[in-house]
Amino acid sequence: MNIRLMAISTVAAVAGTVAFAGAAAARDQIRIVGSSTVYPFTTAVAEQFGKSGSGKTPVVESTGTGGGMKLFCAGVGEAHPDLTNASRAMKKSEFEDCQKNGVKDIVEIKVGIDGLTIAQSKAGPAIKLTMEQVFLALAEQVPDKDGKLVANPYKTWSDIASSLPNVKIEVLGPPPTSGTRDSFHELFLEVGAKKVATLKDMQKADAKGFEKLWKSIRKDGAYVEAGENDNVIVQKLEGNKNAFGVFGYSFLEENAAKLRGVAIDGVEPTYDNIASGKYEGSRPLFVYVKKQHVGVVPGIDKFVAEYVSSKAMSKDGYLARKGLVALPKSEADKIAATAKGMQALAAVDVK
Amino acid sequence: MTDIAALTGDGPIRHRQGDAAAARVRRRYRAEARFKAYGIAALVVTTVFLVVLLADILVKGMPAFTQHSVTLSVPVPAEGFGDRSVSAIRGADYFPITRDALKAAIPGIESRSGERTLTRLLSTGAPDVLRDRLVANPSLIGTTVQVPLLLSDDADLYFKGVGTRIDSRAARGTATPSGTTGEITIESTAGDFGADLATVRKAIAQQVLRLTAEADRAQSSGATDAVARVAALREEIATLRTRLDDPKSQEELDSKAPSLLVAINDGLVKITKLSDTAVSGDVLLPLSSADPAGAGAWRVVTYLTPESNRKVTDQDVAFLERFKDLGAVHRDFNWLFFSSGDSREPELAGIRGALVGTALTLLVTLALCVPIGVLAAVYLEEFASKNNLTALIEVNINNLAAVPSIVFGLLGLAVFLNFFALPRSAPLVGGLVLALLVLPTIIIAARAALKAVPPSIKEAALGVGASHQQAVFHHVLPLAMPGIMTGTIIGMAHALGETAPLLMIGMIAFIVDVPAGLTDAATVLPVQIYLWSDLPEVAFQAKTAATIIVLLLFLFVMNGMAIWLRKKFERRW
Repeated sequence: MNIRLMAISTVAAVAGTVAFAGAAAARDQIRIVGSSTVYPFTTAVAEQFGKSGSGKTPVVESTGTGGGMKLFCAGVGEAHPDLTNASRAMKKSEFEDCQKNGVKDIVEIKVGIDGLTIAQSKAGPAIKLTMEQVFLALAEQVPDKDGKLVANPYKTWSDIASSLPNVKIEVLGPPPTSGTRDSFHELFLEVGAKKVATLKDMQKADAKGFEKLWKSIRKDGAYVEAGENDNVIVQKLEGNKNAFGVFGYSFLEENAAKLRGVAIDGVEPTYDNIASGKYEGSRPLFVYVKKQHVGVVPGIDKFVAEYVSSKAMSKDGYLARKGLVALPKSEADKIAATAKGMQALAAVDVK
Repeated sequence: MTDIAALTGDGPIRHRQGDAAAARVRRRYRAEARFKAYGIAALVVTTVFLVVLLADILVKGMPAFTQHSVTLSVPVPAEGFGDRSVSAIRGADYFPITRDALKAAIPGIESRSGERTLTRLLSTGAPDVLRDRLVANPSLIGTTVQVPLLLSDDADLYFKGVGTRIDSRAARGTATPSGTTGEITIESTAGDFGADLATVRKAIAQQVLRLTAEADRAQSSGATDAVARVAALREEIATLRTRLDDPKSQEELDSKAPSLLVAINDGLVKITKLSDTAVSGDVLLPLSSADPAGAGAWRVVTYLTPESNRKVTDQDVAFLERFKDLGAVHRDFNWLFFSSGDSREPELAGIRGALVGTALTLLVTLALCVPIGVLAAVYLEEFASKNNLTALIEVNINNLAAVPSIVFGLLGLAVFLNFFALPRSAPLVGGLVLALLVLPTIIIAARAALKAVPPSIKEAALGVGASHQQAVFHHVLPLAMPGIMTGTIIGMAHALGETAPLLMIGMIAFIVDVPAGLTDAATVLPVQIYLWSDLPEVAFQAKTAATIIVLLLFLFVMNGMAIWLRKKFERRW
C-alpha cells in the first residue's frame, strides 16, 4: 500500500463529501413525513401520483406523528418536508411551534377514519365486550365494591362479568411509544372509565387522578406490549386462541380469514359501522400541507388533488381497498373543496 | 499439587493417598465430561435455533421468488394509440384492452359486479408487459397478442396454496336448471342434496345444543344482564328448533359453512338455498344452456374452506379455477422482485431500489472508512508517542465502538443535515453516518493486525537503513493487510445490517424510484425489510422473508470474502 495513494484517496473522499454539500439545492420531489398509521395510505397515493406522470414519486417517511410534526414545523424551505401524516389532529403546541418557525399557512386534510379494533382468533370463544369491561380488564387500578381504588384484581374475563368466558385475560397491544397506544387510551380506556358508576365522583372531584387512572395500563402481564409491528400481534393471535389483540382495522380486514373483531358495546368493528360512526373505537386520520411550499416544490397541489379525488378517497376508491375507512360523501366533498382551495387552518380551530 | 501428582499415576504416591485420591480423580474426570456435555448441549441448542430460524425464513420467503400470471390472447385494437409514437403507446389506456381480453376468456359475464371482480383478479401492473411489447414492436397494434398478465396478490396467494380445498362428486339424478344467468333454481330427480342438507341440519342441531348450554350457564350465573340474555338465547333456540322440526324446510347457506356449488352445462352455480331435491342460487359462471343434464353429466362441488375464512370469494375462486382449467395460469420466476423499486402493490414491489441504495451507501462508507481508519491505526500504533493525550484518544475509540447506533443517527441529523445542509434520505448521508459507526471497529481491527506483525520485521528494515515510514509502509502494513481487510469487511457487514441510525436521517421511507446518484433519495435492504414487515397485506410477509434471504446472502458473501482473504494472504510466524 502506497502512502501517497492513501493520502490522495482520503483527501478525495473528504473533498467529494464537501462538494456534494453544495449540490443539495433545488428539490423537485415532494417530501412527506409522519405517522406510520397513515403511511400505508399516503404511499399508495404517492405511487398513483407517480404513475400518472404528474411528477416524481414523492418520498414518504415513516417517522411517527410526533416526529413528523417536529420536522414539518421546523421551517419553510428546501430542507423541510412539504406534508406530514398524522393519526390525530395537530395539537395547539405544535401549531404554535409551526407559527414560530415561519410555517404560517397549514392546510388540514382529514383523509379518512381508522377503526381501532380488539380482535381474537376465530378458533377462540366468541365474546362481546363493553367499554367498561375493557377498562376493568386492563387498567392498572380499578375501583373495588366500595369505590376504593385497588390494584387490578381481575385474572380471568369471567371475574369481570359472569357472562364472559372463564379465560385468562391476555391482551396484546402497542407499546407507549406508539400513536395507536395513545388512541387506545383515549378511545377505549377513557370512555370505559367514564362508564364505571363508582368512578363518577372521582371524575368530578379529582380530574387529574381520573386522567392518570385511564392513562395507566396494568403491568402484571395481562397486557402484553407486543411492539410497534401489528403483524407480530396478528401472528401471536393465530397461535394463541385465548388472547386478544389491539390494532388498526386494516389489519383485521386483511386477516379476516383467521381473526374475528370483538364487538364493543354490541357494535361489531365492520367497515360500515366504523364509517357511520356507530363503532366508538375509531379515529380520524389527517394529512397536513405546508401551503408556502405549494408552487415552489412542483406537484403538491396535484398530489393533494389525487388524495382527495373520489378514485382514492371514496368508498370504492383504492384507499378503501388498502383498509382506510372512507368518510361520508358529504363530508368528503367538503374536505375536497377545502383541500383544493388550500384553505389554511386558523388558530381558533386548533385545540 | 497433590492432585497433579495423583494424575501422573506415580505408584508410591498414589498408594500413599489411597482411595480418597482415586475418588478425587474420578470426580475430576466426571467434571470434565460434564463440562464437555454442557458445551455440546450449547452447540446443539444454537444449531437448532439457527436451523429453525433459517428454515422458517426460507419456507416463508421462497414463494415470493415466483409469481403467477394468466396468459391470454389479447386483441389489441387499432385505435387508441394516437400517432403510434413511443410516447403515445406508453400513454395509452390499457385497462379496457385487458378487461376485454378477460371477458373474452370467460364469456357471458355481463353484470358490473362480475366484471369488477374479474378485473380485480389482475394486478394494476398487469398491462406493463403488453405495453413494453407494443413499444418494442408497434406493428403488433391491431393484431391479437399472447401476453402473460400478472395476477393480483390475492389471486397469486390463492394459487400458492392459501386458497381452499375443492371436493367434487358426480350427481345421480337428472338436473334441470331454470335459467343460465342470474338467480336460478336447479331441480334434481334424485335426492342429490340430501347428504348436504343432513350436514347443515346437523350443524343446526349442534348450534341448538351449544346455545342451550350457554343459556343455562347465563341463567345460573345470576348476573344483572342475564335475564335479557337468556330470553334472547331461548328465542334463538326456538327458531332453530322449528327449522329442524320441519322436514320440508329449505335451509339457507351462509358464508360460515363450506360453500356448495353445482357445476352444470359448463357453468357454475353457488347454492344459497338448499332442500332435498332442489337448490337455488346465484350463477357464478354462466351456463351454456338451460337444458336438463343427465346423471354423471353434472357435479356437486364443495369449497371446503368457508368463504368467511379466506380472502378470495367464491366468485374469485370460480374465475381462477376456470383460468386454471383453460391452462392459462403459469408460475414464473419473479424477475420483477429484482428489477423494480418499492410499491404498495405486493405483486409489483421489488428490492432493486434498496439494493442500489445499499451499494451506494456502502460505497461511501468504504471510501471514507478504509483510508481514514487505516491511517489512524498506523499513526496510533507506529508513530504516536505514548502520552496522556493518545491514551485518552485510545479509550474514546474503544468507547465509541460500543455506543448505541441510534446516537450516530442523531449526530448525523445534527451535523450533516442541519449544519452542512445535505439532502435528507440520501445514500451520501447514510454512508457518512455508517462510516462514523464503523470507524472505531476498523481502527481497533487494524491496530490489532499491525500489532500482530512481529517486531523483528520492522527492526530488520530499520537495521538495513530504512526510515521509520519506509519500514511501516513497505513491510509492516502489507503484512497486516489481511487482518485489516477482514476487520473492514466485518465492519461493513455490521453497517449493512443497521437501520436505527438511518431513521433520523430520513432513509426509512417509501421510495419508488431507483436511486441514480449519491444524493437521490434511497433506502437500504434492512430498512426495506422493516417497512414491509409492518404492512397489512399478507403477501408482503413473503416479500419480507425473501428480502431477508437476499440480505443474508449478501452477508454470507461478505463474510466468505473475509475468510478467503485471510486464508489467502495470512502469514504465520
